[in-house]
Amino acid sequence: MCGTCGCGEDAGIRIRKPGDHNDHSHDGGHHHHHDHHHDHDHDHHHEHSHEINLQVNVLSKNNLLAERNRGYFEARNVLALNLVSSPGSGKTSLLERTIKETGDKTQYFVIEGDQQTMNDAERIAAAGASAIQINTGNGCHLDAEMVNKAFKELDIQDGSVLIIENVGNLVCPSMFDLGESKRVVVISVTEGDDKPLKYPTMFETAQLCIINKTDLTPYVDFSIEKVKDAAMRVNHHLEFIEMSVKTGDGIKAWYEWIERNR
Amino acid sequence: MHELSIATNIVEIAVEEAKKAQVQDFSEIVLEVGALSGIVEEALEFAMAEAVKGSPLRNAKRVLITIQGKARCNQCMQEFITPDHFTPCIECGYPYTDIVKGKDLIIKSLKY
Repeated sequence: MCGTCGCGEDAGIRIRKPGDHNDHSHDGGHHHHHDHHHDHDHDHHHEHSHEINLQVNVLSKNNLLAERNRGYFEARNVLALNLVSSPGSGKTSLLERTIKETGDKTQYFVIEGDQQTMNDAERIAAAGASAIQINTGNGCHLDAEMVNKAFKELDIQDGSVLIIENVGNLVCPSMFDLGESKRVVVISVTEGDDKPLKYPTMFETAQLCIINKTDLTPYVDFSIEKVKDAAMRVNHHLEFIEMSVKTGDGIKAWYEWIERNR
Repeated sequence: MHELSIATNIVEIAVEEAKKAQVQDFSEIVLEVGALSGIVEEALEFAMAEAVKGSPLRNAKRVLITIQGKARCNQCMQEFITPDHFTPCIECGYPYTDIVKGKDLIIKSLKY
């Protein structure tokens, strides 16, 4: 059973590079129960109860490892981006074009996250950047531990840009800090323009919102003003970039944003 | 949706605390669940019931306290209780606010 969301069978988490012939599998190993338990019969009865005042944030386990990742990236002067969205918004295409058009000036490393297949990592490798694929099996998001294991297999260079393309999912990835410098949410015009209100956590935790597939705007009932307004209501610190990865319209603003944040 | 993972984390923390305090069983655990944390209390209770088996929490009374979400208006700085991430300021109507309370899940205390 997937230890994260309790569904299906635990296929195990796999981390592979394109062209890897050794199909090594990393066990997710997120949780283990210590079941050994001594059952003593206490003869004496505790009269007073003791209270441990903990105030521990439960989600801290992932957060602590995320901060270690963050520290590593900062020390190496690496801009680490967590790219999130629904499936099909154009994340991988955005990365392919970015690598092809700016890969001569900027060194990119990419961590890909999907349930199955090496498809995305292979596309990135073909575009000319070092990539590694995490397959989560039934898992629905990447977490700090997976990213920590994956980036150790990439020979990340000082001053480079690491892009983590998260599993296509607008819900769960929002709750897991990976240690990124910035989180980028991508929404395409073929989705609903009220999405930021329906999936607020994702938009609240991002710093940049890319609105993609603007070339299709004449063919859909999507209002760019409405989606920006909705997103601002959830997170008024958001920056926006409108683009079409397919035609290249507006993509320069993304390259400039990357440069500004390095 | 990740309540099982969270329940398991809670049990892991309790196991560590049990070792530190050198006790076998806790009698009570108090959890503060933020209304804006994304955690569904019924799902958490369901997951906890399973996760505590064989652990120092197996006999502990589980107390869940809901912490209401609070937002602070970016214009008039008024803080107000909010059920979601986007209700405008109740004082001046400004739509842009920051959430200041209610996003966490905290283990408040353990009793033995």
